[in-house]
Amino acid sequence: MILERNSQVNDQRKKIHPHKFTLWVALGSIIMMFAGLTSAYIVKRNMGGWTGFPFPRAFWYSSAVILVSSLTVQMSLRAFRDREMQKYRNLITVTAVLGLLFVFLQWLGFRSIWNSGITLHGSGAGQFLYVIAGLHAVHVLAGVVALIVMFIRAYSARIRSYDSTPVELMSTYWHFVDLLWLYLFIFFMSIN
Amino acid sequence: MSNEATLHGHPEVTTHDVHLDEHGVHHHKETFITKYVFSQDHKMIAKQFLITGMVWAILGALMSVLFRLQLGYPDTTFPWLEDILGSKWAKGGHIQPEFYYALVTMHGTVLVFFVLTGGLSGTFANFLIPLQVGARDMASPFLNMLSYWFFFTASIVMLSSLFVESGPASGGWTTYVPLSALADASDGSRAGMDLWISSMALFVVSSLLGGLNYISTILNLRTKGMSMTRLPLTIWAILFTAILGVLSFPVLLSGLILLLFDRHAGTSFYLDKIFIASTQQALPNEGGSAILYQHLFWFLGHPEVYIIILPAMGLVSEVMAVNSRKPIFGYMAMVGSLFAICVLAFLVWAHHMFVTGLNPLLGSVFVLLTLLIAIPSAIKVFNWLTTLWRGNLRFTPGMLFAIGFVSMFISGGLTGIFLGNSTLDIQLHDTYFVIAHFHIVMGVSGMLGMFAGIYHWFPKMYGRYLNNTMAYIHFWVTFVGAYLIFWPMHYEGLAGMPRRYLTYSNWISFNQFADLNKFISTVAMVVFAVQLLFVFNFFYSIFKGRRVVSQNPWGSTTLEWTAPIRPGHGNWPGEIPEVHRWAYDYAKDGREFIPQTEPLGSNESAH
Repeated sequence: MILERNSQVNDQRKKIHPHKFTLWVALGSIIMMFAGLTSAYIVKRNMGGWTGFPFPRAFWYSSAVILVSSLTVQMSLRAFRDREMQKYRNLITVTAVLGLLFVFLQWLGFRSIWNSGITLHGSGAGQFLYVIAGLHAVHVLAGVVALIVMFIRAYSARIRSYDSTPVELMSTYWHFVDLLWLYLFIFFMSIN
Repeated sequence: MSNEATLHGHPEVTTHDVHLDEHGVHHHKETFITKYVFSQDHKMIAKQFLITGMVWAILGALMSVLFRLQLGYPDTTFPWLEDILGSKWAKGGHIQPEFYYALVTMHGTVLVFFVLTGGLSGTFANFLIPLQVGARDMASPFLNMLSYWFFFTASIVMLSSLFVESGPASGGWTTYVPLSALADASDGSRAGMDLWISSMALFVVSSLLGGLNYISTILNLRTKGMSMTRLPLTIWAILFTAILGVLSFPVLLSGLILLLFDRHAGTSFYLDKIFIASTQQALPNEGGSAILYQHLFWFLGHPEVYIIILPAMGLVSEVMAVNSRKPIFGYMAMVGSLFAICVLAFLVWAHHMFVTGLNPLLGSVFVLLTLLIAIPSAIKVFNWLTTLWRGNLRFTPGMLFAIGFVSMFISGGLTGIFLGNSTLDIQLHDTYFVIAHFHIVMGVSGMLGMFAGIYHWFPKMYGRYLNNTMAYIHFWVTFVGAYLIFWPMHYEGLAGMPRRYLTYSNWISFNQFADLNKFISTVAMVVFAVQLLFVFNFFYSIFKGRRVVSQNPWGSTTLEWTAPIRPGHGNWPGEIPEVHRWAYDYAKDGREFIPQTEPLGSNESAH
């Protein structure tokens, strides 16, 4: 039945894969969440009692790391399409490790802000940063979990898949969290 | 059957027919668990949403009966209330203030989110989308199943909040800060509020999973020939509803996350310079903005009312065209007005905040945008009336509820024009006028639209009819009763009677309404009793109702009536039907109706 539907999608209508489309809509939804938070930040900034925070150097490193991880996830997609499975497995492993490294660097950044005396008590940029960048890190971690699932699948002998859709979904999501961080990075750097 | 199968679709399958024998008919093994509990069949998920929504509707309505008891008979004691609810909530047979606030809060939360969003969209989006667009199931049946179970978990968490010692959330369904952020400010802001937030977070996840699926199914899985302009209006309405939900619910989640931090982590996003009387303490929080919460809340909260009303509009349009035996009047105008409402929904949220000290200039912009909604609304009403006009009306229960919807929508819509004006709102804000307005235009209309849908599609859901006698009693008592309950509230509101008050006996000016309140409460109880009659009818008819014997009992053009009377998982045995015409070919070429699957005749041009 599903196969028939797939053939219906792929051959009759020549449309985007429904799962890809679903992902794009979901990304729109995540964008709205962060748009809500960052516009709350802007509204709040124009009120009294606003305090800034020292911009940590760790965020520069984490930005570089997540940019590189976007590159590796793209390369893993190409490797999968070329059926170079060993290379594919290596590249998604590297991507997952870079994702974890990113979260670690974010944590270092949070710690340096925290040590400068900006805790959760207050209502300034720092508190917003903890919440917003924290939520972003949760989204990255969700991506890492998805990568681990794909990694296990790639090693499982029983499932032999030639469909690149899951890998494409993964790379789209990964590029998205990358871009989302770059937006937040520029946002926090310029409006602090 | 599983998600994986879709993800790893075999590329060697190239044509429809090759796999017909294996996949067209469904003989996969179904256990009780996979068929009735963790089902991935959109029809079963729809029924799960419907029945969960019905349980919530009974509970939510029961809450309103309890607080109407207090409002109608403030001086009478009801010892049985203390027997049932205990001495904390109903000491001496009187509903206690904390309990009253808890009741109105939970009534709002339950009805708005769990009944008219989860119950309404969940039921009809799941049931109708695959059947009416011609798909085997949703784009992702697995996510769809998750959507229900998140809804179920949210329901359990919300329900459990009724039983915690400090009581459920009681700061109103909008959970405005600072009340909702400070446990010391009110009992309802303790554990009950945390459960409220958790439940709503789960509910948002459920809505998003559902909404994503609805959108991608409608846009990607339509059968051959089913262009967007051939879709029934139900599907258009559900599409716009899903878009609204997907774009606005995440913002509510953002607001609630910040609220959670303010409650437990000591941040001051919303809190500023507060002295709590009960503990005689000044709080250290500084710099927060309570208005910020209102912005975030109403950015969802306003689209939310359209999330409720749009599916009802879609159901009504379809039921009305079928039972008028006429094409819907102004199909493209109907779609266009749905789109216009969908866009405006995001641009009017501040009309809930006219009295928060909003900049008057900004306020006037929101007045303008709010009043603009009257245009698409009026287009829709005009088109419904012209659909009825000189139609060959069949007054089935579904049709009566559809006509009742239009009546309610007009009555409630007119008072919206009053409330949309920022100057009038100074007098009317937080009075019974507002209660009357949104109950009529959103609550009752939403319910009537939902009933229209249930009566119309029950034969498709269960292969049996609902009992007509009970249905007509249900309709007339509900319809007349709803007007009797809410119409008088306009007068109370114009006189300045504020909402959410436990008792009005201290105000001489409101004493004139004592008898009116008694009357409203009495009618509310009668209407509640009739809803129980409907519930009885519903469950009785599932097992004992008159059997449906023909595939297309209403003589309808749409695809769901080309499926078997009790369709299996996959909806159509054999190939999915191909569509050749739009959904509204009624009374055409001397024929009563022409199904969408019928190829064009030689004298017809494509629609």
